Amino acid sequence: MFRLITNQMIVPNIHLLTLEAPAVARQMKPGQFVILRAEEDGERIPISVSDWDAEKGTVTVMVMNVGITTDRLASLETGISIPTVVGPLGNPTKIEKFGTVLCLGGCYGIGSIFPIARALKEKNNRVFTVIEARSSYLFYWEEKLRKVSDRIVHITRDGTKGYRGHVGRLPEIIKSFQEPVNRIIINGCTFLLKRGSDVSRPLGIETVVSLNPIMIDGTGMCGVCRVTVGSTTKFACVDGPDFDGHQVDWAELLQRRKTYMKEEVIPHRTSRCEEHARKS
Amino acid sequence: MSEPKPKKVDLNRRGMPKQLPEVRRHNFNEVALGYPVKIAVEEAERCLQCKKPKCVLKCPVEIDIPGFIKSISDRNFTAGARILKQKNCLPAVCGRVCPQEEQCEEACVLLKKGGQIAIGRLERFLADWEAGQGELEMPKISPFTGRKVAVVGGGPAGLTVAGDLIKLGHQVTIFEALHEMGGVLTYGIPEFRLPKAIVNREVDYLKKLGVKVVKDFVVGKTRTVESILEEFDAVFIGSGAGLPWFMKIPGENLNGVYSANEYLTRMNLMKGFLFPRFNTPIKNHKRVAVIGGGNVAMDCARVALRLGAETRIVYRRSRKELPARLEEIENAEEEGVVFDFLTLPIKYAGDENGWVKEIECLRMKLGEPDSSGRRRPIPIEGSEFTLPMDAVICAIGNSPNPLISAVTPGLEVGKWGNIVADEETGKTSMERVWAGGDVVTGAATVILAMGAGRKAARSIHEYLSSL
Ligand SMILES: Cc1cc2nc3c(=O)[nH]c(=O)nc-3n(C[C@H](O)[C@H](O)[C@H](O)COP(=O)(O)OP(=O)(O)OC[C@H]3O[C@@H](n4cnc5c(N)ncnc54)[C@H](O)[C@@H]3O)c2cc1C
Repeated sequence: MFRLITNQMIVPNIHLLTLEAPAVARQMKPGQFVILRAEEDGERIPISVSDWDAEKGTVTVMVMNVGITTDRLASLETGISIPTVVGPLGNPTKIEKFGTVLCLGGCYGIGSIFPIARALKEKNNRVFTVIEARSSYLFYWEEKLRKVSDRIVHITRDGTKGYRGHVGRLPEIIKSFQEPVNRIIINGCTFLLKRGSDVSRPLGIETVVSLNPIMIDGTGMCGVCRVTVGSTTKFACVDGPDFDGHQVDWAELLQRRKTYMKEEVIPHRTSRCEEHARKS
Repeated sequence: MSEPKPKKVDLNRRGMPKQLPEVRRHNFNEVALGYPVKIAVEEAERCLQCKKPKCVLKCPVEIDIPGFIKSISDRNFTAGARILKQKNCLPAVCGRVCPQEEQCEEACVLLKKGGQIAIGRLERFLADWEAGQGELEMPKISPFTGRKVAVVGGGPAGLTVAGDLIKLGHQVTIFEALHEMGGVLTYGIPEFRLPKAIVNREVDYLKKLGVKVVKDFVVGKTRTVESILEEFDAVFIGSGAGLPWFMKIPGENLNGVYSANEYLTRMNLMKGFLFPRFNTPIKNHKRVAVIGGGNVAMDCARVALRLGAETRIVYRRSRKELPARLEEIENAEEEGVVFDFLTLPIKYAGDENGWVKEIECLRMKLGEPDSSGRRRPIPIEGSEFTLPMDAVICAIGNSPNPLISAVTPGLEVGKWGNIVADEETGKTSMERVWAGGDVVTGAATVILAMGAGRKAARSIHEYLSSL
């Protein structure tokens, strides 16, 4: 069992969870993920890791409340234990001295891009961090990110902070840096990964995306996380989660992510008054 | 007193009651119901008690088969259970899923006359009888030797090693990647063939003997083998053959195309068949095709059928070549699974939402035997046809998962990613590391995995005793 130490809604609908998982924390590297279960007999979901403390034995994740399991996780009280925190899974993000690296994060990816930016900084890269959200009130961890970034740029769809719009503005932002960017690393929802890769392609900048397909075991056993990269099928859990964004078959990935939408989201999106009434 | 009359050989192999096909195809309860006491005794009495029993030689764990059968005919079930447990720590499992027809029962002298003893059913009878008695008898445990062994994987191989070594007084810890123990017994084989309560019972028994269990722990990720060796005197790797194969044909990544592992895991481990009570999303498909002809394919098909789908097995050879156990093929047929023999899928086509909607297939004919001795399927030109389908389960095989070997430089692997280990001892190329079961042989059987575990345990014990 793994004790929940913090559960804080850090911005609307995104919950910062800190869990006690010493063995996992000891091995964790930037870009890896864990699989969680909120309760016995609950489903297993992959979640990117946003921070960890090897000494205290804790792991911090950002959970976006979108489905049945994330809803359960979001509503857990601190002090409670959850049955599964397994990891670290997947390969770490490649960290070397690249020169100048643009780290782009959206939604939960604003959190999970942080350890990547930190590690890049430790390797003496110039780190430009771009964070994206619907509106300025959805940004978090800006201070943490600022400490490990040479510059920080915001994009909001409503224009309440930084650039107005979406990642389509990335080429302009890069231009404004007035220095070449050697690599782009993107964490966030599939749409952000795809659009980011689309706009970086003409710029010829190597773009690494952290994919987040549906997974069960996270060790290569079930194959549900298959993605086509180049022209070969890869398992995101063991071959990834990082891939070359210019090689990913995005149409297929987006379609595969929708597989369980009907069953999961519909019950979640209703008020579920009936269920509450029955329980009380 | 007159000489006892030589017993007339009874060739009537007693049948085991089963749920009726039209009933069982709508539920997940166990299909085969087990012998009642009276029938078990009758069946046991048929055994000729050969002086040199061939059945024992064909048993990978060398159970004293005539011995336990004799106890049944003497109605001394406690003694029988004890005999079983001497050699087999999972009798309730093996009695259900072992391919006895190619092992012990194939060696029975009565086979020629068609009356071979139902050894598997008798094994199951004893194991179930013992479980019904409440508290299980605890074996003697040797005093603690001060030695520590780590076992990777909670499948039959790992469980056997753990059981053997704990009794010899070593401390044993099992590290299991998933959130449940049992390996394929838990996430693969469906409830109606092997109730999970039975697997749990066996695991609980090991825990009572003192085996420590650490779940949600992926060796190679959470901790490397090398690091484990710093804390433990020996490591046994029994991580199975969990990497699913796909056919690499167009359309295989469409929604609704599953690996057998995914499908079975969703149903078993995640209790998908109880959705929405348990939260793993599954689909209620109307037409399901299962590709392949082994036990795994039969299991997938029978699960799909129970979820209400019209289910077909698509297999490229003929019925005769099906690698699955005959009993399971017959069960599937009785339940209404349709078989498309001599059929090879070559492509999946999808609808506008990316869901599979049909399989394009080729008809095959059988040619000369290949290296496996089975006749090779040859495509018939121009025989393309389509099967409309809303889900496909690919059950064409698995190989060992490279996750551990990839990060364990000293560990020699073979060409299928299998860990290379000595057949007699389970020793690998790495010092203090043993391996056995599917990770060494590729996908095989429960009893072979247990046999390998037994040999490795013996070798590990020898090593530990020499320290
Ligand atoms: C659907 C299906 C039906 C079958 N039916 C039959 C049958 O009727 N009769 C029969 O005899 N055989 C059958 N088999 C085959 C049989 O189940 C296997 O041969 C047997 O389970 C192998 O045992 P094992 O201990 O080697 O591996 P497994 O049972 O595969 O167990 C391996 C365990 O190791 C764990 N693991 C893997 N990697 C790691 C890691 N890195 N760290 C920690 N743990 C790890 C896995 O999660 C798993 O729990 C069937 C198989 C399947 C899939």
